[in-house]
Amino acid sequence: MGRKLLIEHVHVPGIETLEVYRSKGGYTSVEKAIKTMSPEAVVEEVKKSGLRGRGGAGFPTGLKWSFLAKPPGVARYLVCNADESEPGTFKDRYLMEKIPHALIEGMITSSYALGAHTSYIYIRGEYFYVARILEQAIDEAYAAGWLGKNILGSGYDLDLYVHIGAGAYICGEETALLESLEGKRGNPRIKPPFPAIAGLYGCPTVVNNVETIAAVVPIVNEGGCEYAKIGIGKSTGTKLISAGGHLNKPGVYEIEMSISVEEFIYSDEYCGGISGGKKLKACVPGGSSVPILPADLLLTTANGEKRMMTYESLSDGGFATGSMMGSGGFIAYNETACIVRNTWNFSRFYHHESCGQCSPCREGTGWMEKILHRLENGHGKMEDIDLLWDIQRKIEGNTICPLGDAAAWPVAAAIRHFREEFEYHVKYPEKIKDPNHFHKQSFLSSKQSVTI
Amino acid sequence: MPKVTIDNIEIEVPEGTTILQAARMIGGDVVPPAMCYYSNLKTSGGYCRTCIVKVSQASAKDPRPMPKPVASCRTFVQDGMVVQNTTSPELLEARKGVVEFLLINHPLDCPICDQAGECDLQNLAYEHGAAKTRYDFERRTFEKIDIGNKIKLHMTRCILCYRCVKVADQLTDGRVHGVMNRGDVSEISTYIQNAVENDFSGNMIDVCPVGALTDNTFRFKSRVWFTNPLDAHRACTKCTGKVVLWTKGNEVLRVSARKDKYAEVEEWICNDCRFEHKNMEDWNVEGARKTAHDSVISQNHYENIDLQKLKLEINRQIKHQGGKKIKEVYTQAQIENKK
Ligand SMILES: Cc1cc2nc3c(=O)[nH]c(=O)nc-3n(C[C@H](O)[C@H](O)[C@H](O)COP(=O)(O)O)c2cc1C
Ligand code: SF4
Ligand code: FES
Repeated sequence: MGRKLLIEHVHVPGIETLEVYRSKGGYTSVEKAIKTMSPEAVVEEVKKSGLRGRGGAGFPTGLKWSFLAKPPGVARYLVCNADESEPGTFKDRYLMEKIPHALIEGMITSSYALGAHTSYIYIRGEYFYVARILEQAIDEAYAAGWLGKNILGSGYDLDLYVHIGAGAYICGEETALLESLEGKRGNPRIKPPFPAIAGLYGCPTVVNNVETIAAVVPIVNEGGCEYAKIGIGKSTGTKLISAGGHLNKPGVYEIEMSISVEEFIYSDEYCGGISGGKKLKACVPGGSSVPILPADLLLTTANGEKRMMTYESLSDGGFATGSMMGSGGFIAYNETACIVRNTWNFSRFYHHESCGQCSPCREGTGWMEKILHRLENGHGKMEDIDLLWDIQRKIEGNTICPLGDAAAWPVAAAIRHFREEFEYHVKYPEKIKDPNHFHKQSFLSSKQSVTI
Repeated sequence: MPKVTIDNIEIEVPEGTTILQAARMIGGDVVPPAMCYYSNLKTSGGYCRTCIVKVSQASAKDPRPMPKPVASCRTFVQDGMVVQNTTSPELLEARKGVVEFLLINHPLDCPICDQAGECDLQNLAYEHGAAKTRYDFERRTFEKIDIGNKIKLHMTRCILCYRCVKVADQLTDGRVHGVMNRGDVSEISTYIQNAVENDFSGNMIDVCPVGALTDNTFRFKSRVWFTNPLDAHRACTKCTGKVVLWTKGNEVLRVSARKDKYAEVEEWICNDCRFEHKNMEDWNVEGARKTAHDSVISQNHYENIDLQKLKLEINRQIKHQGGKKIKEVYTQAQIENKK
């Protein structure tokens, strides 16, 4: 059994209450930090832990914290990104819903480390009931003196608010999130300046994912070095993976970043194999934005090594033969899945969610969706495949925020690895009329994977 | 003062200059096209992405290239920065992509559009676009909206440059933001109507790079290239009163602000001058308005060519840009001859 640092007590009855949470050792990180450590020392532990952002980009958290500008007399903010809207990702919801105090505790300890006296949890609108759970937990924490004025008699004050978004994926992008939090239209800002210099209300701000902030708790409790012993290389600690798709046991798992992808999919401790007695066809290992991989490349890297559930191993081979850890939304597809249909579905999402500020994303996402829709429905042309390739290439890298890239990558990877399947849709329109066209007979590719 | 090199031309610029401004200081072909940036409007730029350039060296201190093309209108020059615009084929290809994106949902109704002839998108498409479209789906359309009785908003033509929103924000009071909805169904907000009471709302028409905001008092009166633009002024208490009169015979068809060679308004004018003074007698005419040579407006007006200047320009282009544009017109032998 791998170690669980975040959701060990998830099945303890009443763990959502402060009383039970506390009886399981909750809030010791706040005590330890505020009573025995300076804020700088907490930042130092986070640096030593090697913790990397769990929101998608995997940026080292300690480093991000040390970039925070500290001009005298200017407020600093910590904002928790709980907008979790990436298709395939639902780990933050699980954590907040089951153990809300884990996030509240992380927010207090992290705010102390950053010298923030007002902090926000920005949660997506569809998680309304989760926001209620968090607010309940915050009320308990205020009543018990973990929040408010003079916490633990230390003179440190902290107010924590939950802010509910209005349902936009783009508000997960940190600067769009800040705009939205300020009450404006959720358009990403043009960077620089970065939030560490000018974030919320123009003040220095750190934006971190829910899981990142929750991970600060065990790091402070056990020490950064101890935390860093888990995992391989620069992928330290445990990671929440939300597994979905054609798996026998979909759900949220906490893994040590030292197991293989194969073990994660097939072992009974985790996903328990592919559902329906079928074979694995493909997988999106890190949420809809990351490149899809065919089964062979998912399990072994291009140079024949076992692929591991780590940042480095998942991205081994770059985009040609690798993918990304992303936000940990692990989606598996068995042989009944149609890659074209899946790509169209993702494209539809990005088209719908583009904020519309910059032209490549605003216009390109819609164009890609229309072409994919046509291909999937048997009206496509051979040239459409190359056209799609060209459109995604012209979006990628030319936009204000990474949503454009996120829309381009899945399309690129699908064509890169499954071109034959796209061609099949053009050649045999009558065979794909049934929306479940690969259910009875799966698509047989001449090779396992095609690489451009 | 930082030194920056753009397309092999070095220039020293004041601290806090953007790449686009630096390129404009050099002038000529190195200037990237800009569809959303506007020098007179704060926080403008960054949206359309036509002004992207490649930064092959970030600065003298950090000589690494920037990983992605950057918006030159929103990126500040650093000492030792090396920028490629027309000298980078990949960049020109990426820009062509941006132009294509701007055009796929544009109605291309130039034959019935008042902006034709003075449209930045037409000029952009002409210089940087492809001759044929690859987009074969239905284009998006919107209903036309009247913003007060003087301004017409035809959202179907809009490229969402946000310039009019900034005019409404910065020149008029009481507005916060002006775009509704998201993605490719975003539209300029009708709340902008509230700005119409203001004396300077008419400037929205001038900043619009396309025909999305047009002057209701001029709509369908004439193609701009059949008009005779004149510089004129009047004593005005609200603005400087310096305008361009678009005339036919003795009739004033339209009054607009004066624009520089980058099609940016030099001085904002008030609605009083713009909409309420359509008589020649209201104005002191200074003389003919010089229009940029790439505009079809100038087609009907012949000007003397300064041969000495032309020669210098040709030599500059040959030296710095491999004579890209000139080669399109002249053969190598002709160029040698001219030298
Ligand atoms: C379009 C888009 C959506 C995003 N959505 C989320 C999100 O829902 N949750 C999240 O934590 N990060 C999201 N991010 C990443 C954030 O911008 C930011 O990098 C992250 O919150 C930083 O936290 P971390 O360092 O703890 O990972 C998104 C980024 C983009 C470009
Ligand atoms: S890439 Fe898309 S989501 Fe991001 S700023 Fe541009 S239009 Fe908005
Ligand atoms: S002019 Fe720079 S992005 Fe539009």
